Amino acid sequence: MKYFKLLLTLLLTLVVFFGLNSKFGSIPPIGKFLSPNQGFWQNENDENLSTTMQINGLKNKVSVHYDNALIPHVFAKNNTDLYRAQGYLTAKHRLWQLEFQTFAAGGRLSEILGEQALDYDRQERRRGMLFGAENALLKMQEDPETLSYIEAYRDGVNSYIHQLQPKEYPVEYKLLDYAPEAWTTKKTALLLMYMTKMLAGRESDMERTNALAKYGKDRFDLLYPDFFDVNDPVISKETDWSFIDITMPEAPEQKIPIDSFSISETINKPHPQNGSNNWAVSGEKSYSGHPILANDPHLSLNLPSIWFVMQLATPEHNSYGATLPGALGIISGYNNHISWGETNATRDVIDWYKIEFKDNSRKEYKHDGQWKKTTQRIEEIKIRNGATLYDTIIYTHHGPVTYDHNFKGNNAKAGFAMQWVGHIGGNNQRTFLKFNEGKNYEDYLDALKSYTAPAQNFVFASTEGDIALWIQGQFPNKWKGQGKFLLDGSNPKHDWQSFIPQEFNAHSKNPERGFVSSANQHPVDTSYPFYVFNDGYETYRNRVINDFFRAKDKFDIQDFKNLQNNNYNLKASELLPYIFANMDTSSLSNEEKEILKTIKMWDFYSEIDQIAPSIWESWWTKLYTIVWDEYDAESVAMEKPFVYQTIYMFKNNPKDELMDIIDTPKKETAKDLFLMTFKETAKELTEWKAKHGDYNWSAYKATFIGHLLQALPAFSRFDVPIGGDYNTVNAASKNHGPSWRMVVEMTTPPTGYGIYPGGQSGNPGSKYYDNFIDDWAAGKYMNLLFMQDQQDKKEIIASQTLTP
Amino acid sequence: MKKNLINFITTLVLAIILSQLLPWWHVMVAGFLSALFFSLNRTAVFFIPFIAVFLFWISYSFVLSNTNDFILAKKIAILLPLGGSSILLLIVTGFIGGIAAGVGALLGKQCSVLVKH
Repeated sequence: MKYFKLLLTLLLTLVVFFGLNSKFGSIPPIGKFLSPNQGFWQNENDENLSTTMQINGLKNKVSVHYDNALIPHVFAKNNTDLYRAQGYLTAKHRLWQLEFQTFAAGGRLSEILGEQALDYDRQERRRGMLFGAENALLKMQEDPETLSYIEAYRDGVNSYIHQLQPKEYPVEYKLLDYAPEAWTTKKTALLLMYMTKMLAGRESDMERTNALAKYGKDRFDLLYPDFFDVNDPVISKETDWSFIDITMPEAPEQKIPIDSFSISETINKPHPQNGSNNWAVSGEKSYSGHPILANDPHLSLNLPSIWFVMQLATPEHNSYGATLPGALGIISGYNNHISWGETNATRDVIDWYKIEFKDNSRKEYKHDGQWKKTTQRIEEIKIRNGATLYDTIIYTHHGPVTYDHNFKGNNAKAGFAMQWVGHIGGNNQRTFLKFNEGKNYEDYLDALKSYTAPAQNFVFASTEGDIALWIQGQFPNKWKGQGKFLLDGSNPKHDWQSFIPQEFNAHSKNPERGFVSSANQHPVDTSYPFYVFNDGYETYRNRVINDFFRAKDKFDIQDFKNLQNNNYNLKASELLPYIFANMDTSSLSNEEKEILKTIKMWDFYSEIDQIAPSIWESWWTKLYTIVWDEYDAESVAMEKPFVYQTIYMFKNNPKDELMDIIDTPKKETAKDLFLMTFKETAKELTEWKAKHGDYNWSAYKATFIGHLLQALPAFSRFDVPIGGDYNTVNAASKNHGPSWRMVVEMTTPPTGYGIYPGGQSGNPGSKYYDNFIDDWAAGKYMNLLFMQDQQDKKEIIASQTLTP
Repeated sequence: MKKNLINFITTLVLAIILSQLLPWWHVMVAGFLSALFFSLNRTAVFFIPFIAVFLFWISYSFVLSNTNDFILAKKIAILLPLGGSSILLLIVTGFIGGIAAGVGALLGKQCSVLVKH
C-alpha cells in the first residue's frame, strides 16, 4: 500500500511539475511564468541605470547619461567603443525586439512560434532574404572599417546577453518560453534586408501582367498610367537633365510569357502605405537664416517602436537621432554640422522572369538559346516541436526561382525567378556611419554614393547653409516598359542591361525655390531620361507640402511642426465637391440628409473631434470597393487601380463601363454609385452610433499601436486620439503612421525636436514603454537634449559607466 | 498544532532560501523537504505548505510589483485573462505556487513514511 501511495504521489508530482513547466499552445509555462523569482514578476521594474558595467573588449571608459525620456547620451573615446556601447545599450533596452526582427527577416519564426509560422518562413526564404543578407555581409566585409564596427556592435550585444540571467530575460521570452541567442554580424545584414523588404519589396508585375491580358493596352494605360495628370515630383520639373549623356537601352519586342505556368497567389507584400515625408528649407526661407530640416517616416505602428533614440559621441563627432535596433549609427538625425532624413523612393527594383527548365530535375534552364546550369540552395527551416523542413530553392542568374511546383505553382518544368536589387548586396551600413561623421555637403555625397537599397530620398541640410535631396539607390537602367510586366527569363534582352550611373540619380542642391521635399511621390517628370513609371507613387501629401512651402516666404519651427501634423484631406477635397454637384439626393431620408449636410459643411480637415472624416472614410471605402467590383470576381491576381486614377475616372469618365456593378442587371454610372454607397454609409454609421456612440473621427478610426507579437492586446495601446488618415501629411491611419517625427534647425549646434509613438524601453512593465504616445498623438514634441559638454548634467537623471 | 507551525515555518524559510538558488520549482523542493523532516497528518500534509508558499509567492510578487505601480501585473492580468485585475493575478500566482508546494509535500510525506518503517 505504501509503495502504491508513494508511486501515486510521485506520479502526481511529475504531472504537476511538467504541467507547470511546459508551454501549452499559446499558454505560457504557468509555474515558470508566474513564479516571483523567475517569472514575469521579475520584469516589473525600470532599468537599473546607475551601475558601472564591465564590458570585455572596450579600449576606454564609455560614459552613458540618461535624460528623463530614458534617451542615452553616449560618450566614447573612439568609434569602436562607441558602436560596442551602442550594441550593448540597444540590447539592454530592446533585446527581444532586436532579436525577433532578425528572426522575422531571415524566415526563422517557426523556431519560436512553431508550425503556424512555416508559410511565412518559407516565403521569406524564397524571397531570398538570407541570400541577400549574405551578399550584403560580403560587401560589408570588404570594408575593414565597417567590418570592425559591426563586429564591435555584435560584441556589445553579446556582452549584454552573456551577463543576463534567465530571470532577467525580457517578458516576451518568458511568455513564449525560449532564450536569446548570440548576435552575429549577419544579423545586422538581415536587419538591413528587413528594411529593404519593407521599403523596396513591393511590386505588382504579375498583377499588371494579368490586368494587361484582361484589358488590352489602351484600356490598361488609362487605368494604370505611367504618370498621373498631376505631378509635383520630388526633383522639381524645372531641372535641366542635359548633363545626362548616355545612350538608353532599347526596348526589345516584348511578349508576355505567361502561358505554361500559373500561380495560385503571390507572396505577401509590404504595407502599401510604407512611406514618409521629409523636407528642408534654405536659410533664405527660414525665419532665423538657418536651414531647417524635417523627417517623419510612416511605418506600421508597433510596440516596441521600430526606433530607439540615442546620442552617439566621440571626440571627433557627435550625433543625435533615431537608430534602428540592429543597425549602427543614427539613421534619421543630425550631428554638429549636418542633418539628414529619409523617405522611401518607391522605385521598381524587383522584376520577375518566367523560367523554363529542361526537365524535371531542374538542373538546367533556358537562356540565350542554350541550356544553362541552375544552382540549388537548401534552406533549413527549424520548427518548434516539429521536424526540420528542408526547402530546396533553385537559383538562376536572375535570382531565386521563388515560385515553382513546390510553392504556389503548377508546373514542374517552369517557374518564376525574382531579380531584386536587394539580392545584390551592398555596404549600406557605411552610408549611415559616414553621415554620423559628416561635416558638409561633400561628406554627405561621399556617404551616399555607395548606397544601394532600399532606395531613399535622402534630405540634407548643413550649418554651412546648404540644403539638398538625392534620390539614392542602385537602379537598373531599364528600357521603356521593362519590368512593368512579367519578363521572359530565356531572352537575354530582358535581363537587366546596366545600372543608372550614380551621378545621374535625380537630385537637387540649393534649388532656387528655396526648399527640397519628398513624400514618396513620383521622383521626376517625363523629362528625366531614364525609365521611371508610376509604381504606386503618392499623390496627395506631396502637393499639400509643396503648396505650403510655395505659399509664403519665411518658415519657423512651429510651421514645420504644424505641417507634420497637418490633417488637410486633399483627396476628399478633390472628389466630394464633384459628388455633391452630381449626386441625386431626392430619394434621401431625413436622417440621410442630416448626414449629407454634415459632410457638406466639412472643411476637409480630418480632425479627431469631427464627424465628417468618419463619413468620408466609410463612404470612400465603399465607393472604392464597389467601383472595382470586377476585380473581386477575378480568379487571377490583379491589383486595383490607384486611388488617384479612380477619382480621375469618376470625374472624367463617369459613364465608363467600370462603374457598372457586375452583379446587377442595371447599367450603373458614377452617379448611381455615389448614391448607393452614401445610403450604405448612412446605414452603417447609424448602426455604429447605436452600438458605440458618437462616430467622431478619433473613435471611428480607432488608431492602435500593436505589440510586435500579432498586436497582443495586453502589450498594445488602443484608441489613440490622432487625426489624419493615410493621405494626409500627418499620415496616421488605423495602425500605420508617422513612426518618428523630427524637426532640426541648423543653428550651431543644431536644435532638434522629436517624438515617436512608443517609448525607449522595450519592457511592457516599464513606464518608459509607451510614454511618448500621448504627446505624439497630440502633436507635441520633445526638445531634444543635444549634449555638447558631458559635464553639464542638468537634465540627466542617471549616469552609467561602461568600463573595459 | 505545534507541528503545523514548525512545518509552516520550515517550508517558508526553505522556500525563501531556495528561491534565490533554484528556478520556480524551489517551492516543490521546499514542500518536499519540510514534509520529509516534519511530516504532518491528513489534509495538513498538503495545506500547511500550500498556505506557506501561497503567502510567500503573493508577498514576494506584491513587493516586486508594488514598487512599479503594478504596470506589468495589470497587463499580464489582461493577457491570461483575468480581467486586468492584478489582485486576482496575485491570488492565482499564490495558488499555483501553493499547489506545487503541497504536491511536493505529499511526495515528501510518502518518502518519510517509507524511511520510518
